[in-house]
Amino acid sequence: MQINTTINDHRIAKLAAFAIALHMLEAVIPSPLPGVKPGIANIVTLYVLFKYDFASAAWVSILRVFASSLLLGQFLSPTFILSLAGALLSLGVLWICMHLPRKYFGAVSLSILAAFAHIAGQLMIVRLWLIPHTSIAYLIPIFALAALFFGVINGLITHQLLNSSLETKLENKTDSASSTAT
Amino acid sequence: MFNLLRNIKAKTRIMLTGDWLIVIASSVLVIFLFQHLWSHEHATTVQIRLGDTVYGTYSLNQQRDIHVKGTLGNATISIINGKARFSQSPCHNQYCVHQGWLSRSGQAAICLPNQLSLELIGETKHYDSLNY
Repeated sequence: MQINTTINDHRIAKLAAFAIALHMLEAVIPSPLPGVKPGIANIVTLYVLFKYDFASAAWVSILRVFASSLLLGQFLSPTFILSLAGALLSLGVLWICMHLPRKYFGAVSLSILAAFAHIAGQLMIVRLWLIPHTSIAYLIPIFALAALFFGVINGLITHQLLNSSLETKLENKTDSASSTAT
Repeated sequence: MFNLLRNIKAKTRIMLTGDWLIVIASSVLVIFLFQHLWSHEHATTVQIRLGDTVYGTYSLNQQRDIHVKGTLGNATISIINGKARFSQSPCHNQYCVHQGWLSRSGQAAICLPNQLSLELIGETKHYDSLNY
């Protein structure tokens, strides 16, 4: 039996591998508060969303959540559920917000909105399932601050990545054009 | 050449107008959340729970010791001038006693072995709609 794969599948697999690697890196970094993490794997999701389309970004994001939870031995554990909830809600927000005019709203906007959606999804799961007590309201400002901070940083990195890839593409084009001219 | 110029232009404009708007809006939201959720309102009453039932609600504006019989034995809860604490407990880890004085609305001390808990309540109890 052979599964026929397209170039698109290969690209998604490659990008998802990048995201998984970033997720692994992040899992090693200790965090002062469980849940406060930079979320650098989301850079890949955003990058894919801007460069390709929403479907690829969703694939990369969901594959990343499943594969890295398997690698870390957290599959179907509360950590995995939290991760999945965050990823799904931020994908939902990205799906809505990608229709914002690109002229005014860049990678930074989407990154911040996705980060807020991510913590909102996680806190909802925590509130409804893990800690059904109002005291987690005290944690909301900390998580929101972290989301804003890391959202801006991830957005700037994504912007830089998108720009540099655009630049190399253009350079390659002009290079090949000039070489054919000579 | 035009590409190069366009590149430079795109590079210098990292943050677009909408990005700034979103950053400002979210900063306002974060500040609002801090102010709203971290209100340091002084509590007026203390509610003591034994197991899953409310044992009693006492005003903090008094000086008295309350003796409550929990599942392990007798515990003492002290109230002095708007503060409350576990002052004596039969549990062996004594976390509840070490938590010390509670004075702000929403603070709580829980003694799991003895199934006793204190919760301070202010003038208005926040987020009651979320509770069940």
